[in-house]
Amino acid sequence: MLPDIETLKVMIERAVPGAKVNIVKNSSLCGQDSIVVDNAHAVQVAKFLKESPELRLDYVSNVTGVDWLDRTEEEKITYKKVIDGIERILVETKKHFYPGYLEVVYHLYSMQLAHGPVILRLRTGNRTNDVEVPSLTPVWRGAEFQEREVYDLFGIRFVGHPDLRRILMWEGFAGYPMRKDYIEPDDYEYEPTPHGDVLKKSMRHYPPNTEGGK
Amino acid sequence: MPVDFGLANELKRYGVFVTSLEELYNWGRKNSVWPLQFGLACCAIEMISASMARFDIARFGSEVFRASPRQADLMIVAGTVTKKMAPQVVRLYNQMAEPKYVIAMGACAISGGPFKQGYNVLKGIDRFIPVDVYIPGCPPRPEALLDGLIKLQKIIAEENLLQEKQATNLQKTDDGEFVVPEYGAEDLVPPKNPGWHPKQIIRKTN
Repeated sequence: MLPDIETLKVMIERAVPGAKVNIVKNSSLCGQDSIVVDNAHAVQVAKFLKESPELRLDYVSNVTGVDWLDRTEEEKITYKKVIDGIERILVETKKHFYPGYLEVVYHLYSMQLAHGPVILRLRTGNRTNDVEVPSLTPVWRGAEFQEREVYDLFGIRFVGHPDLRRILMWEGFAGYPMRKDYIEPDDYEYEPTPHGDVLKKSMRHYPPNTEGGK
Repeated sequence: MPVDFGLANELKRYGVFVTSLEELYNWGRKNSVWPLQFGLACCAIEMISASMARFDIARFGSEVFRASPRQADLMIVAGTVTKKMAPQVVRLYNQMAEPKYVIAMGACAISGGPFKQGYNVLKGIDRFIPVDVYIPGCPPRPEALLDGLIKLQKIIAEENLLQEKQATNLQKTDDGEFVVPEYGAEDLVPPKNPGWHPKQIIRKTN
């Protein structure tokens, strides 16, 4: 039986001194909480997760990337204040700015003990320059191709990967297609029933009341 | 010169079978179209199904899927052609011996299908190699592939040895080599054959 996420955090912190482990709560129905590990200790944590006799997470089912854009969140603070002898409720909005980053998510299972998943996340410093995370391929060989795919489509460099090349797109392809700010080449061609985003492209390339226009 | 149909029928009644070398030649060719054994996506599953016992492409003489382009007459482009895969498909086509034919099977091979407006899928294989028969569907059923094959057989049967409408190997102008595109920064270079232009759709009513 897999220990709950809080216990897991304590176990990791005890086994790998200095590791910064944070829990990302998932409030949806599935309730799959995940753990974020700092990049410096990620490989040690991965080794621990794989080799610890209670966990034995020997199988990486999935590796994927997530692109988080810069975001600002508004927080409303209500407080009471006495103005001119009358108590009033005041609302103040506070803006929090969260810089964007790229994230790699590993879904880990145990074949030996038949439990899982434990979700492990690694984060980059930002979305542009500092996009390196340590590769976990030396720990789980099965992550090799999927890390290559994340590198290909998100542009995250995996330090320590044995063979980091593009896997789906060709060498020399410009850009990382799965990033949210990726601009795809403008090569729209006529199609009979465009809808959604394609309709917008169609309106631009074949304006209404022209040949091919709607 | 084709034998007069009425005369041939009249002679047949007396047990005399008359034909021309051209007819015999085309009859042999159209009933032994050997496809190249390669599939790109889910259409290939339907192609495999067409070659198995239930649909049995062997009834039309095309059961010999050849693993080498040197021995194949027909290329069935079964599935999505990604931009990364396109040069290899064109290279395989170039390596096939004349006369050679191409069937574009399914929406993706015809036009890119649901991936047409994406960044990584070729908008139809006909921009690099000439396609003889288009089979619509996503994926087309094995019957549709067989129908396409019969259409191709009709095309082969109508080819002439000496007059116009010759098979590609007899045409002096066509060297059967098509440009193999290279990978560019965003798209293939060139993105299509210089001579390619969109197909005009002519609807026939019968």
